[in-house]
Amino acid sequence: MKFTTLMASAALALGFAGGAIADGHEKTKVGFVYVGPIGDGGWTYEHDKGRLAVEAEFGDAVETVYVENVAEGPDSERVMTQMALDGADLIFTTSFGYMDPTNNVAAKFPDVKFEHATGYKRLHPNVSTYSARFYEGRAIQGHIAGNMTESNIIGYIGSFPIPEVIRGINSAYIHASRVNPDVEFKVIWVYTWFDPAKEADAAKVLIEQGADVVLQHTDSTAPQAAAQEAGNVVTFGQASDMGQYAPFPRVSSIIDDWAPYYIARTKAVMDGTWEQKDTWDGIGPGMVGIGEISDRVPADVKAEALAMKAALGDGSYHAFTGPLNKQDGTPWLAEGETADDGTLAGMNFYVEGIEGEIPQ
Amino acid sequence: MDLSAINPILLIAAMIAASTPILLAAIGELVVERAGVLNLGVEGMMITGAVCGFIITVNTGSPTVGFIAAAVGGAVLSLLFAFLTQVALANQVASGLALTLFGLGLSALMGQSYVGIKPPRTEATPLGPLADIPVIGPIVFGHDMIVYLGLAIVAATWATLKFTRVGLVLRAVGENHDAAHALGYKVKRIRTAAIFFGGACAGLGGAYISLIRVPQWTEGMTAGVGWIALALVVFASWKPWRVLLGAYLFGGITQLQLNLQGAGVAIPVEYLAMSPYIVTIIVLVILSSDKSRAPGSLGRTFHASG
Repeated sequence: MKFTTLMASAALALGFAGGAIADGHEKTKVGFVYVGPIGDGGWTYEHDKGRLAVEAEFGDAVETVYVENVAEGPDSERVMTQMALDGADLIFTTSFGYMDPTNNVAAKFPDVKFEHATGYKRLHPNVSTYSARFYEGRAIQGHIAGNMTESNIIGYIGSFPIPEVIRGINSAYIHASRVNPDVEFKVIWVYTWFDPAKEADAAKVLIEQGADVVLQHTDSTAPQAAAQEAGNVVTFGQASDMGQYAPFPRVSSIIDDWAPYYIARTKAVMDGTWEQKDTWDGIGPGMVGIGEISDRVPADVKAEALAMKAALGDGSYHAFTGPLNKQDGTPWLAEGETADDGTLAGMNFYVEGIEGEIPQ
Repeated sequence: MDLSAINPILLIAAMIAASTPILLAAIGELVVERAGVLNLGVEGMMITGAVCGFIITVNTGSPTVGFIAAAVGGAVLSLLFAFLTQVALANQVASGLALTLFGLGLSALMGQSYVGIKPPRTEATPLGPLADIPVIGPIVFGHDMIVYLGLAIVAATWATLKFTRVGLVLRAVGENHDAAHALGYKVKRIRTAAIFFGGACAGLGGAYISLIRVPQWTEGMTAGVGWIALALVVFASWKPWRVLLGAYLFGGITQLQLNLQGAGVAIPVEYLAMSPYIVTIIVLVILSSDKSRAPGSLGRTFHASG
């Protein structure tokens, strides 16, 4: 897509041709398909850090390739096919919308291993899925947000109405309303993962409509800039620390740490021990990190947030613990009951208290 | 639903600001296409302008200098396109696409050390007491200079194309380059100048995103605005005032739908999200039901041998 990518693929094609003549297939080749640019400062940036960690870990034994800004849908299928044809042994596809394309391409290349992030379809034995329990981080954000809002309006920039995003909204709302029953969530769907201008517009609209905390489930730092411009609005880093906006407006963050997983799976391919699996790790195993909580958060709130982080990490607390009702008032979880992974993975409803409808 | 949460004055002011990048890029492309050249590199020139403007503004502290640099950056990149299509006689569609890819890559490279930096603020134009008039003040007089510059460029483009000899020559070149050549006009020189102008406008539009609308530098931050501008020129039947209308409609409805979502209006979000595209297309298609058509030589390569 990009000049750098073009150069990379040209170099690759040359390298592959040369390698094929010399020794057949020695290096393990790992491909990454990204939905945004690696310089987005958020989601794709963290996946690329994982890729670099793989390179650092295995040195000359691996070769990594990536393509940025790959649109979800048919275009991604073309990119994955090209990667597989170019000799990739393992391909990470790092966005929800790559789910069907990943499975389609996997059917055509049974010897290539595919790893799809945040999806749930594993139609072929060479497809694994992996994701992080971001909703655990959202619980902590909700707790801080509920405590810090003065207008009691919390803005939420949603990307696409998929279970992943809906879980985050629910988790944040549950924990915000627990400490502040008057809190109201305003959700704006922007239908994009990465479009800084649109993300900034959405943040500005939320702020104009009274929100003094803005949570985002999109990939760029644009909402942070909009909040900084507005002055008195709290934000949280999304997917990456976004520490350049600390200590304010960014008061904490959810950090995705893919490196250990990428290293482990690459190792498995090298050793020939790779098997299909479904990984869903949270704060405990370290796939979800919580960025430093800045001093702009009151000390007692910070202590509570850290205690919650510890409890989520050791498993003594689940972010979806009853009593909880669905939006229409029907009971979902009884007192003390926790949500099962199946329901969470397919979550398509708001919990009681959130206004508005989820686009279907 | 709570419509009172929407402040109409802020909404209209935001509409105007959101429309400006598309407007600038589209009016530049309009001049290029009226000269008979199809430059699909708008996105690449915009993002290059965005990064050039950002870098210079951060280093000099002056947004004005930054915007000039953005225009220069976009224009210089467009000269590459002019060289390929006017001198080397390469295919315009392929060259334009290449320009977009090149611009995206080049800007990512140039902007690497500028991620996460906050640019100096671009102040509203000092119009004194005018900005304090209730309602009209914030809507009409509360903007930065680029908003007014964009409107001025639209008016100037319209007047030049319609009333001046330069405009007539430009249109002649676009309608029939062989005839224009036979009359002694320098087709390539005129087209290169048009491409240069288009590049400068696209660069300004890009910088508006990185310096005012977001404001920060992120790779690929124009995210397709250039393509919308290209489509807008066609739907506006290559007429300046319709480009203005289309840009305001598109930017306005984009803002409006975000506001309606925030206020919890009971219209399904899918319809709201597609509304800017649909409404803009419908309005402009209805308007263009008259006899408007594309410039006769649009996209055709000119060689003096005829």
